[in-house]
Amino acid sequence: MMPWRAGILLLLAWLAVLPLPAAAEYADVVLNRRAEAQGVRPVVFQHWFHRIRFRCKVCHAELGFKMRVGANDITMADIIDGRFCGACHNGDIAWAPDKCDMCHSGKRGLPTGIVGGHETGGPGRW
Amino acid sequence: MAQGWESLRKDGIHDPRGPAVKDKQEPAEALSKLTPDTAGNMVRWVQALEKGEINPRASIRPGTKIQVYDSDVLLNVQGGMPIVRFPHRQHTEWLDCSNCHDHLFKAQAGANKLSMLAILEGEQCGVCHGAVSFPLTECFRCHSVPRPGQSLNTVPKTLPGGSIPPRSR
Repeated sequence: MMPWRAGILLLLAWLAVLPLPAAAEYADVVLNRRAEAQGVRPVVFQHWFHRIRFRCKVCHAELGFKMRVGANDITMADIIDGRFCGACHNGDIAWAPDKCDMCHSGKRGLPTGIVGGHETGGPGRW
Repeated sequence: MAQGWESLRKDGIHDPRGPAVKDKQEPAEALSKLTPDTAGNMVRWVQALEKGEINPRASIRPGTKIQVYDSDVLLNVQGGMPIVRFPHRQHTEWLDCSNCHDHLFKAQAGANKLSMLAILEGEQCGVCHGAVSFPLTECFRCHSVPRPGQSLNTVPKTLPGGSIPPRSR
């Protein structure tokens, strides 16, 4: 076999194991600690959508969201009682929690994590 | 990705068969109107806020004290890279003091041992930069104050991070 053909085969093998480039938007978050186990799609939380409307401090100071994906163990009961997402998603500031599919819109099987790493892989502990 | 914003149906995390995907706002629809960037969400979020392109709420509960603190801190004074100018104002427009103090940084200039390695691993500044605020490839947005004798443009202007942003005031 010519060396260049071996090189091309090696390149193809390398391309085959490369993960697909992340098409998700920078700082998108998949939340699937409980969702799929309870029969609904994972939640896709989009930072870009929220930061157009709210400053970081609203969720990360007033509402108590910790800045680590997976560090916030939130149930639908919390949300319906007005805590965390439920502080806005109450039909007043934003859509109410009965619009399940707006938030539970993710692909099944995705693990909890931050995605859409545009230039860096993101913090190692995330 | 023509402009860097993929449609939700093709972004790899939304279920294209989800009944409400069509009702969600598309990133291109919202982000294409804001001051463009070359990294992250392809949006200069700080400038979008300062120019009034967006007006995100600073609180939702009555009585929340909203604090904006205008003070710069120079960091990495002894290193070889240009000095870091940390601007409190741009950070506190978005964040509350308690988001960084004191569990990430002591509220005293010079009291914090900063490490680029820790930042790249998602600690210190890397809690946000590299995940949600502009990524860690944009070296000269933070390392923005040249040392005596250092040329202003350490990388060509045409490359990302190649132009040193003017002190925005």
